[in-house]
Amino acid sequence: MLEQLNEIEKSAMDSLQTIDNESSLDAWRVTHLGRSSALMQVFSGLGALSKEERPVVGQAANRVKIALEAAFADKTGAVKKSALERSLNEETLDVTLPGRTIHVGRLHPSTQQLRRVLAILAEMGFQVYTSREVETDEMNFQLLNFPPHHPARDMQDSLYVATEERGDNPILLRTHTSPGQIHAMRQFAAMNPKDPPPIRIALPGMCFRAEQITARSEVQFNQVEGLAVGKGITLSDLKGTLVEFAHRMFGQNARTRFRASYFPFTEPSAEMDVECFVCGGKGCAVCKNSGWLEILGSGMVHPVVLQNGGYDPNIYSGFAWGMGPERQLMLRYKIEDIRYFWGNDIRFLEQF
Amino acid sequence: MKLPISWLKDFIDLDGLSVEDIARKLTLAGLEVDGIQYVGLPMPVYDEGEKHEFKTSGIAWDKDKIVVAEVYEVKPHPNADRLTLLDLFDGQQQQVVLTGAPNIFHLKGAGKLSKPIKVAYAKEGATLYDGHADGLVLTMLKRAKIRGVESYSMVCSEKELGITEEHEGIIILDDDAPVGMPLADYMGDAVLDISILPNMARNANVIGVARELAALTRRELKKPTIKFKTDGESIEELVSIEITNPELNPRFVLGLIRNVEIKPSPYQIQRRLKLAGMRPINNIVDATNYAMLELGEPLHAFDYDVLKERAGKKNIKIITRPAKDGEKLVTLDNVERTLSSLNVLVCDERGPLSLAGVMGGLESEVYDSSKEILDAKGVEIKDGEIPQGKVSIRSRSTANILLEGAAWNFINIRRTAKQHNLPSEASFRFSRGVHPALAETGVKRGLQLMAQWSNGIVAPGLVDEYPLKPKSSTVTITPKDVKRLLGIELSVEEIVELLERLEFKCKIRGSEIGNRKSAKKAKPITSYESQITVTAPPHRLDIGEGVVGVADVLEEVARVHGYDRIPSTTMADRLPPQIGNPIHEWEERLRDILVAIGFDEVVSYRLTSVESEARLGITGDYVRITNPIAPERSVMRRSLVASVLDSLEHNIRLSESLSFFEIGPIFQPVKNDLPNEPRKLAMAMSGLCDASAWDVKDSKSFDFYDMKGRIELLLSGLRYTNVSYASTDSVKYLHPGKAAQIKIDDQTVGVFGELHPLVKEKYDLGDAPVLVAEFDLETLRALNPTYAITPVTEFPPVLEDIAVIVDESVAASRVEALIRQTGGKSVTNVRLFDVYRGDQIGSGKKSLAYSLTYQAPDKTMTDAEAAAIRNKIVKRLEQEVGAKLRG
Repeated sequence: MLEQLNEIEKSAMDSLQTIDNESSLDAWRVTHLGRSSALMQVFSGLGALSKEERPVVGQAANRVKIALEAAFADKTGAVKKSALERSLNEETLDVTLPGRTIHVGRLHPSTQQLRRVLAILAEMGFQVYTSREVETDEMNFQLLNFPPHHPARDMQDSLYVATEERGDNPILLRTHTSPGQIHAMRQFAAMNPKDPPPIRIALPGMCFRAEQITARSEVQFNQVEGLAVGKGITLSDLKGTLVEFAHRMFGQNARTRFRASYFPFTEPSAEMDVECFVCGGKGCAVCKNSGWLEILGSGMVHPVVLQNGGYDPNIYSGFAWGMGPERQLMLRYKIEDIRYFWGNDIRFLEQF
Repeated sequence: MKLPISWLKDFIDLDGLSVEDIARKLTLAGLEVDGIQYVGLPMPVYDEGEKHEFKTSGIAWDKDKIVVAEVYEVKPHPNADRLTLLDLFDGQQQQVVLTGAPNIFHLKGAGKLSKPIKVAYAKEGATLYDGHADGLVLTMLKRAKIRGVESYSMVCSEKELGITEEHEGIIILDDDAPVGMPLADYMGDAVLDISILPNMARNANVIGVARELAALTRRELKKPTIKFKTDGESIEELVSIEITNPELNPRFVLGLIRNVEIKPSPYQIQRRLKLAGMRPINNIVDATNYAMLELGEPLHAFDYDVLKERAGKKNIKIITRPAKDGEKLVTLDNVERTLSSLNVLVCDERGPLSLAGVMGGLESEVYDSSKEILDAKGVEIKDGEIPQGKVSIRSRSTANILLEGAAWNFINIRRTAKQHNLPSEASFRFSRGVHPALAETGVKRGLQLMAQWSNGIVAPGLVDEYPLKPKSSTVTITPKDVKRLLGIELSVEEIVELLERLEFKCKIRGSEIGNRKSAKKAKPITSYESQITVTAPPHRLDIGEGVVGVADVLEEVARVHGYDRIPSTTMADRLPPQIGNPIHEWEERLRDILVAIGFDEVVSYRLTSVESEARLGITGDYVRITNPIAPERSVMRRSLVASVLDSLEHNIRLSESLSFFEIGPIFQPVKNDLPNEPRKLAMAMSGLCDASAWDVKDSKSFDFYDMKGRIELLLSGLRYTNVSYASTDSVKYLHPGKAAQIKIDDQTVGVFGELHPLVKEKYDLGDAPVLVAEFDLETLRALNPTYAITPVTEFPPVLEDIAVIVDESVAASRVEALIRQTGGKSVTNVRLFDVYRGDQIGSGKKSLAYSLTYQAPDKTMTDAEAAAIRNKIVKRLEQEVGAKLRG
């Protein structure tokens, strides 16, 4: 019996040696460890043995079984390993072939820049306020302290809408988002006319000028204005707020400078320049060798404008500023042709 | 405005300030210097990496190599007729210089000159502009042989020195130019190009800038002393003035100078005028321009004898009045202009003489018989071109000058200059406001300069009609105002000091500060509440009254104090009410979803043309622009679909797959009122469904259901539930069989479908179908749903597929609705996964295969329970739409 077991073990081990794939392994397991295998027959024949033989043969059969199982496990591991190695060796890709993509949509660069600006302003407490694009002369100019035929109107050539004769109050395409200042002030003032609440708003939107469409000038452009109105708001608050804004927008080290300027709807007025972020102020083509970039116009809200908005200029004060998202993009990305923005050529849009 | 530094130095001592210092101070105070052109003065040298400050151009003149020299003989060239050899002395030695200058040619061979000619002399090694090159090319003067004569130096033209583009002749300097002096010391200059803001019109002149600079640097302003001798009959006996409308013409001043000799102005004067951007004409015209550039008061010179002639030798009467509609005047540019009642004329009793404040008339213009040039703008007018009968061609140069200085209504001048398209130095100033006080100063300065340059004799007196004096603005401010609006603490004395530098008159509680010596002794006790009464100086029209005046004066305090010295603070005021902007926020969400489902955003011109939108069959009224920049931008768009289609068309050959969307307003006109601006979303797509790759070929093109799927994604992204679709053939631009209305709660929120083939033909859109969609955002937003999520259950669902055969006419949405209705809460998902048509099921039929999910919220659904529900569903479908379960 014991000899037979040795025979069983030897022949099983021998045949296991030659196996090199998983299906043969399976067959080997059935043959040598399966129910009808010689080994299992030894187990089932144990009952027929004598009391003395039974434990001896039983132990020996167990030893063979354990040995075969262990050998099988080792072999299985080895076969799997070599199969894996083979497949790893065979399945080699050209990793330099291009990947398969899906189309991902993109926001228009102006929207992206508007979002950047508005997100910063939102964190600074300025809420988005939008208003209409076609306005009356009164809203676009007169209430903002541009009287009819005032020379300041030369700064903003308007596109007029055909209507019946309306005298000094024609309908026009807004030349700036500033009519929104009047709309907003009146809306806020109406909440409590005797003691109007403070205002902090951002006014984004499309504006229009009667300018030829060239690389440097456009008939339409986005603007974002900021407006703060309240009690005790000062020119130094304007500086502080805009410097903070510039740090968020152009980097914490962005140097700024304020120049006296003129806008009919603010007084005092100031232009804020930011040190050229292309050349670091050394002078380059983008900053026209001045080292500074004109980024925004600003000023203390003119008393006439406060009054027209329902805020008593003897009690309230405020500041406003305006800037152009497309201009900011042009400076940032050295865009030399403003027509790209409304041309909607995918070769331009894809770069944002 | 171009301003030579040398001129500025007439009125302010600039020692210790570099050109850049001056430009920086002016820029920060609101007189923005756009650029500096160096014309001889040393230019700043920047080290590598050093900060530049201004756009800089021009040339510096080497002090050793470019000097004043005198020519004492002009000799012929031995080998060239057109060339001459100049014997000159450069202050150190004699030189022989070759030149071809035509303006010295007539002295060739005349022997030793009785009066030497002063020239600008450049020695070997000097850097100059190449006079013969196009544009400005720097070159170094080298030794060369020209026609056998060695040349190593030259006498310079204006172009070579960077003064003008002029290269026809050499510069002939004034007689008093000191021989041997470096030219840079004699007339080196730098020109500031200053932008004049509308509220800074007072500074559009040399004195104005000098005054600002004096205030900013605490220096003294040296005002010109205007003195001249007078003789002969007083002008008051000879001329009178009648102003018919003082609102339009508040002041009119006339002076008279006799026996002028018309000739060129001194070279230094010509040079300044040229650097300031004006062309020298003759000493009389130059005097009017020079005084204008210096003081800001435009002047006009009449030929006194022409007016005397017109008056029939009687006394001249000048009348200012609005023009009659259709009245005509030939202006000095020799254009006959038809006038309207908007324009103001300066007339005599016979008729119009000049277009007030804008341009003179041709007939009474100063005339120099030695030249064909008549025109102050420098346009040559030949005798033959003067319109017959309009003007008497004068044979004699003007000898006696009547000089006008006036004040006009700036709005009226602005409109007149625009109407006749006549921008001029005069109308630039008058249309921004010139204080009437300057009329008298201007005339006197003009007479002084004419007397100096023409040997004329000024007649005693002036005729001065001044019917409407401007109110001088007086404003009261306190240090508290300064604190409240500027955020800085300044004492009364500091505020007064700042304002007095700009010539404001200040009173504190009735005691005048300033020239009063006792002010020091009896210093008023001042406090935060002290009132300062501020009166604007007599050259300013920009200071208002009341609360506006306070802002005007505070701006001056801030400017002179320096914006850079104002601290940066943060607002201390309470926070405003938070109203947010739900519309804006919602549209931003829309954008995010659209981008996520593969659409690129475009932003188009709001301005378009009727023809462009007509391609979509859009008709009706438009918001029309009366002054469009171009025909294709003449109306405001009525269709956002048209906008996205334009973008699609532009890009159709640039990409195999395009998906665009735009969000924005369209414009619907309202008669004689503001238009409606409803906000829309438009989408368009065309091309391949899948991006092609090296192993993905023949992808199918987008069709109706691709667009529909994306609309479903958009609407489910926005959490709309009760969405339905109904076919429509009423959208003109859509294929009648491939178009649908999109409904939410039975309200139409938009339409979509395939572009109508006839519409597509009108665009260049390629072969693939074009899908478009349009939403009305107001309607869509109004239906904005509130929703709660359904809990996620732990119990397993039963999944089952069923296929039913129905007639073609039965809409899939009807079948699905019936399944959902019948299944109730137990059927949590219904997904159509196949539509089959074929012989097996018979013609006119279709098989719809659905994948159903049965689910109980609180227990495991059994197969038997699911089967019971399924049987109910099948039965219902049989009854309602005659469906048969497919075996």
